[in-house]
Amino acid sequence: MKNLTTKNLSTNSQKVRTQTLSYRIKKDFMRNKYLYLMFIPVALYFILFCYKPMYGIVIAFKHFSPTKGIHGSPWVGFDNFRRFFGDYHFTRLIRNTFLISLYSILWGFPVPIIFALMLDELRNIRFKKVVQTCSYLPHFISLVVVCSMIHQFSMTNGLFNDIIVLFGGERTPILQNPKNFRTIYVASGIWQEFGWNSIIYLAALAGVDQELYEAARIDGAGRWAQVWHVSLPGIAPTIVMLFILRMGRILNVGAQKILLLYNPATYSTADVISTYVYRKGMINGDMSYSTAVNLFNSVINVIFLVATNYISKKVSDISMF
Amino acid sequence: MTRRSTGEKIFDAFNIIFMILVIFITVYPFYYVICASLSETAQLLTHRGLLFKPLNTTFGAYKLTFSYPMVRSGYKNTLFVIAVGVPINMILTIICAYVMAAEDVLYKNFIIAFIMFTMFFSGGLVPNFLNIRSLGLYNSLWALILPGAISVYNAIIIKTAIEGVPDSLSEAAYIDGANDIIILFKVIVPLIVPTLAVITLYYTVGHWNAWFSAVLYLKDNTKLPIQAVMRAILIENKSVTTKAVADDGSLDRFAETIKYALIVVGTVPILVSYPFIQRYFVEGVMIGAVKG
Repeated sequence: MKNLTTKNLSTNSQKVRTQTLSYRIKKDFMRNKYLYLMFIPVALYFILFCYKPMYGIVIAFKHFSPTKGIHGSPWVGFDNFRRFFGDYHFTRLIRNTFLISLYSILWGFPVPIIFALMLDELRNIRFKKVVQTCSYLPHFISLVVVCSMIHQFSMTNGLFNDIIVLFGGERTPILQNPKNFRTIYVASGIWQEFGWNSIIYLAALAGVDQELYEAARIDGAGRWAQVWHVSLPGIAPTIVMLFILRMGRILNVGAQKILLLYNPATYSTADVISTYVYRKGMINGDMSYSTAVNLFNSVINVIFLVATNYISKKVSDISMF
Repeated sequence: MTRRSTGEKIFDAFNIIFMILVIFITVYPFYYVICASLSETAQLLTHRGLLFKPLNTTFGAYKLTFSYPMVRSGYKNTLFVIAVGVPINMILTIICAYVMAAEDVLYKNFIIAFIMFTMFFSGGLVPNFLNIRSLGLYNSLWALILPGAISVYNAIIIKTAIEGVPDSLSEAAYIDGANDIIILFKVIVPLIVPTLAVITLYYTVGHWNAWFSAVLYLKDNTKLPIQAVMRAILIENKSVTTKAVADDGSLDRFAETIKYALIVVGTVPILVSYPFIQRYFVEGVMIGAVKG
């Protein structure tokens, strides 16, 4: 770089100026001033609503009191984190968060794949469209509606109990029993998202070379064999990629649906880190503690995400960043 | 087509039965809710098993639902958030996408990192709450509009669409004296309308379904959007009965079915528009998947 500059200096003084930073900034500004002008509200949005709250995370290391404000509250170091690790509910929160996520993956991940493979085998195109359209309808229904329906159906005289009685069971308030919580959470999650999640697999299936099926048929492969030996390997890279990305969010369980479904009777299986953050911070007003717990969770999530992204890059050459 | 063997026939038959089951499982719960909403409480509570038609077609539950001031104000608030929020969403997201797609920007990498970082890390619940309060947005409907005005995921989808527009078009406009603002809104936006339609739908459905930030940032019941109202009535079992509700015994007659009516009221715009717009949603996934 230096050599280049001196060389340019001897030949053309104009070119030296192109190398200097201030000139480049000026030139960039002249060229893009309207772009920057447009960008101001966008940058303001990110600063005010994304980056400014990040500064608020410092209250995790403080004893926050609303009257003193973020700046004026006294520092307490890692006290809030120590309190969390010693918290009576610590293991329960980690276990619940991990298990709810694990079961969601274990049961929820294969369903859209199987559904997409079976849908792809339908011969009647119109029927296929109808099934597909129906399957992702629940995706657009709000969580409040889905959870309200679960509440209504789970009452002792509700639809679920009617069905249970039909199979010789007894009427119970289903949502009051901690044993049922994960099943309800995972099953309703699958119901709501399997169709939507299958879209990407269907797109991958559409991309499988038709000649491979031709060749398999000539080799005497039946329908099962074609699904097993052509379709499935065809979408394997997509499956691997989505699986790795999904694993990156394993301790990332959103609070919203659980808040709508749980109650104190089911805390033992339903309470996860994010719902605890909500209760501590917004209901009990223990804001510093809540922020510390949330920061702990975010840091773990970022570590998982970066790690799985790294693995994904190695395995499938696909990464998010 | 080739002749099908018995095995394949069984395979196909099984597959079709399975798919009919899938349709039933995804659609029936909504049908049940509609049937239940058109019934009376006493009949519904004694009825056992699935419903295939309303037990007694009556719109009493709906009448009662709309006599609740909170339901009416909920609808109004949600419509306000959509009418004001979606244009803000779209303008900011389009600009964000355009800047991300711009080639000749000196600090391109920094700007993209500045935007993308917010996808992976955020302040979290309490710092966000404190921020909303310090900005004076607490207990204002703007608290449902401004935070989350840009979804970076949506911006990336639009960015992909912008990159698909040939450079020569914006270059020609530039030579003709157009600046970036004119190029974006007069040249590029008209060419990516299909993508923008998809993103508009995403934001609209998102606002329609949102409830959590309302619970966090709003204090007055009269400001709650419809989903938050539904949550208060259906899940928290808050009593919203007021003098406005006529006390002619209809409250008892529909005590249970009004809940189903409310579910329908909160879902009907999506259920009605769904058949017409669903294919655009899928297009959005496809655009997103190409460069996810």
